[in-house]
Amino acid sequence: MPATYEPISTQTIGTAIASVTFSSVPATYTDLILVFNGTSASTQGMELRFNGDTATNYSATRLRGDGASAASDRSSSLDVMEVGNVYTSQTVNVFQIMNYANTTTFKTVLCRSNNDSAQVSARVGLWRKTPEAITTIFLRPAGGANFSVGSVFTLYGIKAA
Amino acid sequence: MANTYTLIQSVTVGSGGAASIEFGSIPQTYTDLVLVGSLRSTSTSSNTGEYDAFGYRFNSSTSGYTTRNLQGNGSVASSSTQTTMTASVGGTYGRISNAGINNSLSGTSIFTSINLYIPNYVGSINKSWSLEYVEEGNATTRYSEIIAGLWSNTTAISSIAFALVTGNFAQYSSASLYGIKNS
Repeated sequence: MPATYEPISTQTIGTAIASVTFSSVPATYTDLILVFNGTSASTQGMELRFNGDTATNYSATRLRGDGASAASDRSSSLDVMEVGNVYTSQTVNVFQIMNYANTTTFKTVLCRSNNDSAQVSARVGLWRKTPEAITTIFLRPAGGANFSVGSVFTLYGIKAA
Repeated sequence: MANTYTLIQSVTVGSGGAASIEFGSIPQTYTDLVLVGSLRSTSTSSNTGEYDAFGYRFNSSTSGYTTRNLQGNGSVASSSTQTTMTASVGGTYGRISNAGINNSLSGTSIFTSINLYIPNYVGSINKSWSLEYVEEGNATTRYSEIIAGLWSNTTAISSIAFALVTGNFAQYSSASLYGIKNS
């Protein structure tokens, strides 16, 4: 069986930091999976940005439950993709970035964001920049908070063949 | 570069059914765990309808379990929290679902699909996880659910067990545990 689920890079936070960047993402896979397990200094959304694009090319839709009620909301025309959450207690975010290396389509992201004490959500995000392969992934908590020590980010590559 | 999505163990329930599905002696050499299952209950006297709630234990522990879920049933979306349940096999398990897996009332040969992701299962932190499942069928009301879970225990996970609130896991129920390495 060919190797289709390969680790590209792991970053473990040793000192609280405001953002994490995966650079030089190889274009040799079909899809990407990014797994986050960690915390932040305060409860925040988690924001993504691709290839350093700071134009208002990002939108996202969220379906969420907080243990009492279900709701949905959207963000659009932002300079970051609000597609996850991070909390002061253990948070699991699993991002799937489909067909990331093509130069013909806008890029979409699916995220399952999980925190047992606050919220569970499913999200989809869109990056509408003139199509280009994703080579850099930037992540940060919203509101200027830091990722806490011990938080782990791992980027995997998935091959269709 | 190594292939890091490795099958650790697979279980398929035989003709007699099984009160629980268990994975023991989980190697401590991976970064994350993924469990993919196709499950059905034998129950014909469900506690909740055409499905039965299911639960789990890590390391045979009976405490420290909480979940927060979001579910849809074809007409309404809702959210709730869960803690534990008493399993038909006996004892306390962490309750995973608000609804549950297909049982014998839900139509022939319909199994519930689940996908469980457990990051950093050997780390000295409380174990948080992500799960989604779908309990499908041809009735008006069916459930899909996404769940955030936590086992408030910093011990490395070395075993996983699943059980039902009523009934047994039906023949052909299956579950596979995979290990993922980040290097």
